[in-house]
Amino acid sequence: MAQHIIELKNITKSYGNIFALGGVSLHVDPGEVVGLIGDNGAGKSTLIKILAGVIKPTSGEILINGVPVNNWSPARSRASGIETVFQDRALAVQQSIVRNIFMGRELAGPFGWLNLKKQVSEAERLMREIGFTSKVFSPNSIVGQLSGGERQGVAIARAILKQANLIVLDEPTTALSLTETAKVFHFVRQVRASGRSIVFIGHNIHHVYDIAERFVVIDRGRVAMEKKKSEIASAQELIEYMEDVAKPPSIATGEMA
Amino acid sequence: MMANIVKTGAGETDGRHPSERPAREFLFANRAALGSLAVFIVMLGLFFAGRPSVFSNWGLYVAVLTVLPVALFMTAPLVFVVTSGEIDLSFPAVMGFSSLAFAVVVQAGYDPFLGIAAALVVGAGLGFGVGALVVYGGLSSLVATLGMNFMLRGVILILTNSKSIAMPELSDSLAFQVTSSQLWGIPVQIFWSVAFVVFCALLYNRHRFGAQVHVVGDNPDSANEMGINVSLTRVKVFAFMGVGAALAGVFSTMINFTWWPTSGDGYLLPVIASVFVGGTPPWGGIGTVLGGAIGALTVSFIQTGVVGVGLSGFYVQFFYGLIIILSLLGHRWNQVRYR
Repeated sequence: MAQHIIELKNITKSYGNIFALGGVSLHVDPGEVVGLIGDNGAGKSTLIKILAGVIKPTSGEILINGVPVNNWSPARSRASGIETVFQDRALAVQQSIVRNIFMGRELAGPFGWLNLKKQVSEAERLMREIGFTSKVFSPNSIVGQLSGGERQGVAIARAILKQANLIVLDEPTTALSLTETAKVFHFVRQVRASGRSIVFIGHNIHHVYDIAERFVVIDRGRVAMEKKKSEIASAQELIEYMEDVAKPPSIATGEMA
Repeated sequence: MMANIVKTGAGETDGRHPSERPAREFLFANRAALGSLAVFIVMLGLFFAGRPSVFSNWGLYVAVLTVLPVALFMTAPLVFVVTSGEIDLSFPAVMGFSSLAFAVVVQAGYDPFLGIAAALVVGAGLGFGVGALVVYGGLSSLVATLGMNFMLRGVILILTNSKSIAMPELSDSLAFQVTSSQLWGIPVQIFWSVAFVVFCALLYNRHRFGAQVHVVGDNPDSANEMGINVSLTRVKVFAFMGVGAALAGVFSTMINFTWWPTSGDGYLLPVIASVFVGGTPPWGGIGTVLGGAIGALTVSFIQTGVVGVGLSGFYVQFFYGLIIILSLLGHRWNQVRYR
């Protein structure tokens, strides 16, 4: 059996008396696309932030390639080949595209002096690679001048700067136009074709069904369902299942019917 | 197919598009600093028109160039502090404290260079302490550094009984020759402070530290998510401010051969004003070191200029205010805040 790239074991996260996550286990295998679905407040974003090292779990274990890790942090997560495209406020909008792409991993020579030329040419190459080229902006343009889709392009370029093993996309198409959404999906397919793993979080179940091979439904801080694509006939079936999960217990047991 | 067409199109223009013309990019990237320079030139022109005879006298400029370096050593690091989204009001007391260390070492008969080293260690240490208090204590930097300014100044007064320290022996020292004598009729300290400003500008724009200071001030959440140690970066910025204050303290003591218990006090408002007159906005994330230096030049010229032009000293404060307000209005149009 192939080793999991990352495995979260029985993760809990509580804020005082409130449990955001009540014992969630999740793993990602090499080259697979996992779709993470759940209602607002189900705990998806908390789980993703734990995966990225931004939030420390209250309890639970994190294993990288089967080895448990201590002191999990954003820097360690990135060093382990995990890149996350966060849902909101993920860019420093007053800075240039280049500075955003190299945020936290600047190309520097001796004594920390930046290799500006190389950063610009690398940024240009990445932008071209994911199809976010334009006659209007250059790598030195300020991110605040870009549209929502272009900003998402910068965030994605940042995620593929290094050969990441796993790319986590947290609702990457929220607030994007149709064309921009199509671009993002084009990119996700490219990443999938290159054999890298993806965790895709989305509101739109059709989108998630389209892209993912395995689905994990999170509800009220727990994994409510985990199914392979082969076990589900259509996106409709997934939606029906989601509706079932979302029902209050009394309705789900059928007493009201 | 589409991709091919786009690629060919880009190839024809040598991979560059209109916004990549270097001259235009330079103007855009440095518009705040250039604006500050314009303010300074206009101000100088007005002074000159008012009293050509006084303002064609080199001695007047020497007077400004003797005092300006002290302000420059603190203005440049303060740009880092403001860019990181913080403010430091404790640097005058840190300047006083580190120059006290310098004075104590010199008075004890050691080489002034050892005194400079002591001042740098004390300045960096105090800056680090102030930064750690603000960052790890989770305090507002505005209020906490104000408190530290009072407290450190209080400690200075208690330790020294508010007595000054005279060091006439400094005038014979090599350290004085190197740092504060005159070269071709120009005060040597201006070369040191300009070198320091250039170093700061490079650190700000072309070094990993500067890049991270920008990002931390712009979006600390994002910086944290990308693995930057946000707290440590902020503490480093305060420590750097301490180093600048120590240099300022040493140079100001060198000029007078005397350490005063109030050393640094007069610099609080002019240095802060210089940063903002120079075109660094108060909200963090962006700024300009060169602009700050020009701002310091403008601010230190006001006093000399107002008196030189024949107005009474009572006008100085009015002109400080006028220049600050006019500069802010001028920077309004180029300081668009992206969110």
